[in-house]
Order: sequence, then structure tokens, then C-alpha cells
Amino acid sequence: MAATAAVSPPCALVPCQGLRGALVSTRNFHATKNQRQRGRAVAAPISAKFDLKPPPYPLDALEPHMSQDTISYHWGKHHRGYVENLNMQIVGTDLDGMSLEDIIILSYNKGDILPAFNNAAQIWNHDFFWESMVPNGGGKPSGDLLGLIERDFGSFENFSVKFRSAASTQFGSGWVWLAYKANRLNVGNASNPRPSDEDKKLVVVKSPNAVNPLVWDYLPVLTIDVWEGPKCISFIFSQSRRADYVSMFMEKLVSWETVSARLEMAKAQVAEREREEEKRKYGEDNVNSSNEAVEMYLDSNIEDPAE
Amino acid sequence: MGSFSLHASCLAKHNLPWSNGCSQNLNSLRIPALQRGPGFLSRKASKILAFYGLKSPPYALDALEPYMSKRLLETHWGEHHHGYVEGLNKQLEKNDILYSYTLDELVKVTYNNGNPLPEFNNAAQVWNHDFFWESMQPGGGGMPELGLLQQIEKDFGSFTNFKEKFIEASLSLFGSGWVWLVLKRQEKRLEVVKTSNAVNPIAWDDIPLMSLDTWEHAYYQDYKHDRGKYVNAFMNHLVSWHVVTARIIRAEAFVNLGEPKIPVA
Repeated sequence: MAATAAVSPPCALVPCQGLRGALVSTRNFHATKNQRQRGRAVAAPISAKFDLKPPPYPLDALEPHMSQDTISYHWGKHHRGYVENLNMQIVGTDLDGMSLEDIIILSYNKGDILPAFNNAAQIWNHDFFWESMVPNGGGKPSGDLLGLIERDFGSFENFSVKFRSAASTQFGSGWVWLAYKANRLNVGNASNPRPSDEDKKLVVVKSPNAVNPLVWDYLPVLTIDVWEGPKCISFIFSQSRRADYVSMFMEKLVSWETVSARLEMAKAQVAEREREEEKRKYGEDNVNSSNEAVEMYLDSNIEDPAE
Repeated sequence: MGSFSLHASCLAKHNLPWSNGCSQNLNSLRIPALQRGPGFLSRKASKILAFYGLKSPPYALDALEPYMSKRLLETHWGEHHHGYVEGLNKQLEKNDILYSYTLDELVKVTYNNGNPLPEFNNAAQVWNHDFFWESMQPGGGGMPELGLLQQIEKDFGSFTNFKEKFIEASLSLFGSGWVWLVLKRQEKRLEVVKTSNAVNPIAWDDIPLMSLDTWEHAYYQDYKHDRGKYVNAFMNHLVSWHVVTARIIRAEAFVNLGEPKIPVA
């Protein structure tokens, strides 16, 4: 864990989601690589392994709502297991060296998942989940985030009901998300003729097993883990108790600050994407019109033949 | 025993002694209360509702210690399995067409060839858990015998091979699901099959002989994340080969497995 300090992100509250390479990813290069660059012969191959990122608070910080036992198991065994398994899976393949988000999108393979997907996605999901919580969290969001929630759900209470009901109805293992969705069609010739801010909305979505909204090109801002296991320690996990767990999460653990920060990043990312598309389109138009302009000038040099 | 339709439709009886000695709590019946005003006899009393009851495992809840603790069974059976039964009953209250099916038929019909109806999850989970409790016994494990062993050796090479395959399937199942030893009707052979969430091999007309619940709620309280230990405990100490034998004997009435296995005297 100490090894990650050298390359750890500047702010634990703002994870790198989807900004590929813009922020530091959870990857650490082995010391052997540096040694090699310095000209020392090393037997071990170059490999970029993922490290188990710790939650941004001590393991007992969420007591009494989520016990230290629960977290040390959930993070220390399950999350760690995913990291170790992924590292074993990518060694020597062309996934080795890619960022976590890239591995996820690639191995999702449009639904026909490849072996690395489950582990990679679960690592990302859990990182995101730990960072979605904070000691003495809960309460209500504020500012832009609250405004957007009220615009897209009617009221914070409505959103809360929707979120809880999604968590209760996810059958089997999975996750429930609040995500920022920029409504665009993912085909070349589709363009929204009257784009407006209303097209970008917050939505509640649920996903099974390891799937997460990155694969649908959404930008998640909040998540809750509704896999059964680790909750069994402190919540005997039947349907009714799952509702208790979700309530506890919403009322006592959610870090609305983090969610707000993620929303800002998501909005910025969407705006950036739009600008790039505009530039591309404008660039194409520009090329066309300059051709036409040249022809026009040529034509206008000719005297009117009717004369 | 086995997957017979032991959940008879209720015929408005008030006394319901179950064949295994468990008594049904009348409060869980969905028979509407007789509503009597002064001198008024409600016609609702004659409405027949089909319902499913929570069938208890064929052993006491602490009988599987130390491999499956009483506390785990109380949660798994008393809360989860019970929850599925209640959920199913609630869903069936609203639906005339489905209430008259037996549980087997209900599972197949609501599976709807892979596009499941809302009742499927509950119905299948009720079926799955009944089957699962019956697949275990105190003092289980060990090896199957006679004809069953011969069939396993025929289809897997050896019992050890089968055991390895089963364990491997349980460990590689991601998320929630079940691992089954099935008799495939068309291919007329045994196979190890894993299914997700509530899915069940009777949906495609195969004959399950034994199952293992790999939902996390089935083992977490005793084994935490160590699914391998759980599977090994199941295979070595819990699985009831007697029950599996009985099930395959019944299955042979429907699937021709070749010459009868007459044990040599």
C-alpha cells in the first residue's frame, strides 16, 4: 500500500472515471521497469499491475453503520481477490498495460463478456463504492446536484424512493447507480437537431453482477453495492433487511460532496465531447464550403454568355 | 421426496397437516377473512385460492451442524425461502391464470422460454430451495452406490472426475446461481450444469438430481467468502446420495438409460 503513495491521485474524493489518462489511474508500474530503464539487467518481465486502492477513510470510520468487520472483509478479501485475479489474468496479454476503464470497455465486448471483465469491473465498482461513502455522510445534496435531481426526478424524495426501489428489486447480485446520461445516439449519421440541456439527465439504473454504466456510455456519479455476501455480516440479508441496508446507506453514509464533484466532472466531460463533435462537424463543413467558394470564383470570372 | 408436486392447491380446508408433520400456519394463507355484517353471509368464503406453503427441510434446523449452522438455516430458510414463498403468493393473488398450476408447471410456464414473466423468480426460487433442502441430509457426503455410481462413472469417467467438475463449476459461477447434477433427457446422460440467479433445468425439460445453492446468502454466514470450503463441506458431508438415487430411479421411468443396473449378489 505504501508503494501507491508515489503515484496516488491528488484527491481521493475525485476518482478517475472515464477521463482516460487525464487523471492518474489505479495502476502502478513495477520497480523493475525503472531499474531496467536505468540499464540494469532484470530477470522479471515488465508488467503493469493494479494495486488494491484503500478506501479514503480508516476501516472503522463508518461504524456503527457499516462495521469495521464488514469493510475489512469486503475490501480486504473480496476487493483484494478481484485485484489479484485480474493481475493474474492480464499478465502477458495485450490487456496488460491498459487502463482499468479501457480493460472494462474492451472485455465487455458489447455484452459477450471476456474473462477479464468480471474482475476488472468489480475492481472499478468497488473503488467507486468506497469513495461514494464518507463518515458522517448522508443528508441531502445541495447546489447544482440538488437542482438537477429536482429537475429530473421531481424532488429529492422521489429520487430517494426510486433509488431504494431499484436496490430492492435488483434480483441476484448487482449494483444500483445514479448516472449522468448525455442523450446521444451512438451512430455516425445521427445528430440531435435541437440539442438542449434537457437532453442530459440524471437517471437511476441497476445492473447485474459486475456490469456498470460505463459500458453503456453513461457517467456514473453514485453507486450502492447490492451483492448479498458482505452485508450478511451485519445485515441478515433478506428482502426486508435489504431495504434497511439501503436506508442506512442513504441516510448515514452517502458522500454528496463526492457525488457533486463527480457530476461536475461528468458535465465537463460531456461538454468537452460536444465541443469536439462540433469542431469535427464544423471542420467538415468548412472544407466543403471552401471548395464551393473556389468554384464560384472561377465561374464568376466568366462573362455572362447571354450577352 | 424429489420434485413431485407436493404443494397441493388449497381447497379451502382449514386444517392443513403437511405430510412431513409440519403444520401450516393459517395466517399465511391468503384466504380472505369471512366478512359478516349482521345476518350477512359473505360470498367471498367460497372463493378458492391456490397458494404455496413454506415446506420445511426434512431434518431439524440444527441437524446439519457443523457444516451448515442452525443460524444459517434460520436465515436461509426462515427469511429468504420464506420471503420467496410470500412473494409468490402475493403475485399469484393478482393473476387468475397462474394460480391453478402446480409448482413445476408454474416454473416452466413463467420461464417462458428465456423471457421470464415476473412470477418466475419467486416460483423458481421456491422450487429450487425445496429441492436443495431435500438434496442434503445429516451425515451425508461419501460416495453413491450401485447403479448411480455406475452411471456417474459412465458419464464422467470416475466419481473423482465428477466431483472435480462439480467443484470447478461452483467456483467459477460468478454472481448468484445454482450448480446442478442433471440427467439430460435428450442426450440420456448425466451432466454438471450451472445456472444464474433463479434459473432451473426443468425449464428446458431436463431432470435435476441434486443441486447446490451458490447464492452468497447460502453460505456467507458460515464460510464468508470461502466458497471452496463450502462446496467441499457440501460434497463431503451434506449431499444425500440416497435422495439422488431415488430421483434417478424415478427419472428412469421417463428416460431410457439402457440396461437396468441389477446389482450382482
